Amino acid sequence: MLTHPLTLITFIPLVGMVAILLCPRALTPMCKWVAALTTGLQLPIAVWIYAHFDSATSAIQMVERHQWIANYHVYYFLGIDGISVSMVLLTALICFISVFASFSITRAEKGYYALLMLLDTGMMGVFVALDFFLFYIFWEVMLLPMYFLIGIWGGPRREYAAIKFFLYTLLGSVLILLVMLALYYYGDAHTFDMTQLAARAGSYSLTFQRICWLALFVGFAIKIPAFPFHTWLPDAHVEAPTAISVILAGVLLKMGTYGILRVNYPILPAASHELAWIFLGLVGTINIVYGAMVAMAQTDYKKLIAYSSISHMGYVMLGIASFTAVGINGAVLQMFNHGTITAMLFILVGVIYDRAHHREIDGFGGLAQQMPIYAGMTGFAFFAGMGLPGLSAFISEVLVLIGAWQTHPLMTVFGAGTAILTAGYLLWCFQRIYLGPLNEKYSGLTDLTLREAFTLVPLAAIVLLLGWYPHAILGLIHTSLDHLNQVVVNAATSATVALR
Amino acid sequence: MLNPLPVAFIRWIVVLPLLGAAINFLAGAALQKRFGRTAISLVGCGVVVGSFVIAVGALAGMLQLAPAQRFMLDDLWRWFDVGPLRLDIALWLDPLSMLMVLIVTGVGGLIHIYSTAYMHDDPAYWRFFGWLNLFTFAMLTLVLADNLWLMFVGWEGVGLCSFALIGFWYRERSNTNAGNKAFIVNRVGDWAFVIALYALFSGLRAVGHPTLVIRELARYAPLIADHPGYLGMSLVTFVTLFLFLGATGKSAQIPLHVWLPDAMAGPTPVSALIHAATMVTAGIYMVSRLNFLFSMAPATLEVIALVGAATALFAATIGITQTDIKRVLAYSTISQLGYMFAALGVGAYDFAVFHLMTHAFFKACLFLGAGSVIHALGGEQDMRRMGGLRERLPITFWTFLAATLALCGVPPFAGFMSKDGIIWAAFSRGPLFIWALLLTGAGVTVFYMFRQVYMTFFGDFRGTHEQEHHLHEAPWPMASVLVILGTLSVVGGFVMLPKFVSDFAPFARFLDPVFTAPATHSLMATEFHAHLEVYFALLALAVVAVGWILADACYRTGSLDAASLSGFADGIFYRLSLNKYYVDELYDRAVVRPYLFATRALAWFDLRIIDGIVNLAATLTVFASWLSGLLDRYVVDGLVNLAADATLAAGGRLRRVQTGSVNAYLYGILAAVMLILVIRAMVRA
Repeated sequence: MLTHPLTLITFIPLVGMVAILLCPRALTPMCKWVAALTTGLQLPIAVWIYAHFDSATSAIQMVERHQWIANYHVYYFLGIDGISVSMVLLTALICFISVFASFSITRAEKGYYALLMLLDTGMMGVFVALDFFLFYIFWEVMLLPMYFLIGIWGGPRREYAAIKFFLYTLLGSVLILLVMLALYYYGDAHTFDMTQLAARAGSYSLTFQRICWLALFVGFAIKIPAFPFHTWLPDAHVEAPTAISVILAGVLLKMGTYGILRVNYPILPAASHELAWIFLGLVGTINIVYGAMVAMAQTDYKKLIAYSSISHMGYVMLGIASFTAVGINGAVLQMFNHGTITAMLFILVGVIYDRAHHREIDGFGGLAQQMPIYAGMTGFAFFAGMGLPGLSAFISEVLVLIGAWQTHPLMTVFGAGTAILTAGYLLWCFQRIYLGPLNEKYSGLTDLTLREAFTLVPLAAIVLLLGWYPHAILGLIHTSLDHLNQVVVNAATSATVALR
Repeated sequence: MLNPLPVAFIRWIVVLPLLGAAINFLAGAALQKRFGRTAISLVGCGVVVGSFVIAVGALAGMLQLAPAQRFMLDDLWRWFDVGPLRLDIALWLDPLSMLMVLIVTGVGGLIHIYSTAYMHDDPAYWRFFGWLNLFTFAMLTLVLADNLWLMFVGWEGVGLCSFALIGFWYRERSNTNAGNKAFIVNRVGDWAFVIALYALFSGLRAVGHPTLVIRELARYAPLIADHPGYLGMSLVTFVTLFLFLGATGKSAQIPLHVWLPDAMAGPTPVSALIHAATMVTAGIYMVSRLNFLFSMAPATLEVIALVGAATALFAATIGITQTDIKRVLAYSTISQLGYMFAALGVGAYDFAVFHLMTHAFFKACLFLGAGSVIHALGGEQDMRRMGGLRERLPITFWTFLAATLALCGVPPFAGFMSKDGIIWAAFSRGPLFIWALLLTGAGVTVFYMFRQVYMTFFGDFRGTHEQEHHLHEAPWPMASVLVILGTLSVVGGFVMLPKFVSDFAPFARFLDPVFTAPATHSLMATEFHAHLEVYFALLALAVVAVGWILADACYRTGSLDAASLSGFADGIFYRLSLNKYYVDELYDRAVVRPYLFATRALAWFDLRIIDGIVNLAATLTVFASWLSGLLDRYVVDGLVNLAADATLAAGGRLRRVQTGSVNAYLYGILAAVMLILVIRAMVRA
């Protein structure tokens, strides 16, 4: 029986980081195993959380609440509900996988794994913190290691990409910080407690809500990333090492939409209902279509996958904007599914980059002949990305679109139609890299190693499982999300009544 | 109907092929290396034959039940449970899905057996059977699904397998191009399909019965009969139109027919199984499955009848000029599917399904016969380099001929029973021009089919000596399958005889419980001139005879010059037909190229404009900080330095005042006192 599962799962990586830093020089090759052990310990805790999570209630669970800075009402307040639980699982899984995807890193391993562990803590913290102040701290903690991981271990333009990522995200953070302070000082009872902030949602004036909502939206939209704030992402992905791309796309992007569900929706419900259709619905639809079209024109394998991420995150936004239980559940499931599928895709790009040292789509050809298992695995991931029925993304995209049809049929038509465009760019890419006659230059390439297979197979298994039994995640999240959706819809109704 | 019999065996029909696919994909390469191709054959064919055996058992069980109770349900697990959406992974066996299962596993099983010989020398033998098994699984999921989303799983699943098998020989660029084209064109249809489901679900939700379970739909659909829809249509019309657009993708009808001829790039058994007998009939199945819904939308039925009949003639006219043995059959398939849709459109659901079945027999036989020819000629597909194969490939020839006669609608072959029924239904229930299109199409069909038979099997051999030397009849797995399918092409239609011959129609009686909804669509009063049917059958036969005489004159006796026919009216009709009416070119210019241009333009926009703004902001910030640096250095710091410099300079100047001369000091003091006094006086004043 675990008494502090959330503290444990959040801070185990920090302990791992200390252990890595204390590692004597002679034992540097052990660093990766310390990291593997650390994330390997996180996994059973995640499983424990999964098993002990009560899906029948929308209340906060596994709460840990201690006063931290008394003068400013700051609490060390952790807890999870249906909105965050799937993200906690995803983070634990992706971090574990990404450690093994990092084994090809040889330069300054110690620093790399130490930063990776710090990043892990930051991400996990964002998903479990319920005190806005604490949330913000974790949000910033995660930023710093990411900057160094791209900036030191990245590709040729790593410094440009790292600074772009850092400054762009920081811009968003400042806006979030301002709203946090505004919410804190609103009214007499000062608090950073998100549940209390949400409880008094009715007292905020609509103008105040709108301003806060937009500022928060920009802050979170940069992270998603929503059009037109997305251009840092392709650069960051192209320069980042494989495992960092996996984390970036697998977990980090989810923080944007998570933030909207955690902060915008419960705390500013009336503004959410008013503004979501344009800033989440319309922008999300633009993300879907625009990302798919721009992906079609890419010549760099990794950039293509990066733009497909932008496209797929659009479904999350559209689902959130639907104000239906089906759509919002689909959105959170899509966050999870995108995490696993995109992680696969970036690992697969890394596999070929490690061998051929370039990513030009037209520079390959016929790899299926030389690397059949690799090609088969890529095919699986590509079709998962296309939302093929029987695989997980199908379920979430369909739920999103069923929900969205209720509120925004025209946007749904575009969102559904993009499935054609997605098939276009992924099949074309697959054909150019894996099919056709074998490019003789690559007749010496070896198929997937056992380690690479080990990073891909669990993800593939989850993708397949969730295609046929989505209840494994939906069952966990739906009570909280139904409730959240009701809160927003009710707030909108009462706001309309008040106006009359 | 609403209380189906719960059973637990249907799952095995579906699971067996899935198991075969799993074994072949995960262990196939190793099995093939260790135990040879026989192990793969055993697994690959065994699972499908196993499914067929279970299906036959199920049929026997079903026939024990009273007709109105022939509904069995195998409910496996809860799939979705979100908000109002509740769907199960559940398989539903009723007479219609029973029939489809028998076709899929029966004809499919035969084609699996045929493939063991046809694909024997392919190194990726295991991969072929893996995909073939997976296809069978997906197709069975499609037909057995108890709700529309599960049906869609099968719907796209067969598309995936079709894609993979078209591009099976992936080293050839044109093969993978064809695969991509098939998948993407199908996705256009799939898009329409899902839009229909969203709209339908939304409408049913509005009346308090949110469901997509087919048997519940049958019950609640009447509640949304008058529901307003979108684009100025009623909801039912909107939904059925979009469903039909989805069907045009999978079943290769105008305007989404373009992928099927290219799909012939796949191995021939694939063409037989997927692109003739089973997958392409999914659209027919879906419309007949949802006949209660379509019957509520007369406008949609008219569109279906028109599109089907137009496609039937359109594709047939392309078939007459093609020279690739498989492409002729591909256009024939498109054309025959058009007949089925025309039947659906005039509400003759039973004849559509009947033709689906007979077509599965004879078209599979034709494709496999073509495969036998290609096999014998070492991969040759051009009919201009064939000829005279009658003597060397007798089994192939006679089965091919039987299937051809069936396709042409010659009595008493299977195709006559079904196709004649369709043409009659079009006349008796639909507008006259639908009937005219179908009748003309029947004549053209005979022409292109006998053109094919004569070019392939008659005359002198026109291939190389090398090919002639190696000519051989199909090995037994292929030959026996041809014989079985050839036999079915002859006798397969006896389950439903024309009304003017006999009332014997167990096929229609079997399906009756499925097609309960009255066809509201009937532009002409139907039954009173039923006695005319026999004359119309004779008329159709006369058309068949004309087609045959023309083909015979052109391609066997040579009494009519085909070349001069093609030059008719400056050869414009010939060129149109040969180039498939330039539809591919039209799509390329109107859709593909503009889209590719748009993607490049957007990528430029993204890189130069959006990211350009970001970089500009960064540059401006750097510039601003440089400016403020300048300001700092020259203005802020400059002021400080200025003060210092000024003090210093002032000190330097003032130093000169200190001359050491007492006189000068005294003048200075006096001047100062004077100045003060003057200022005071001025201030007082």
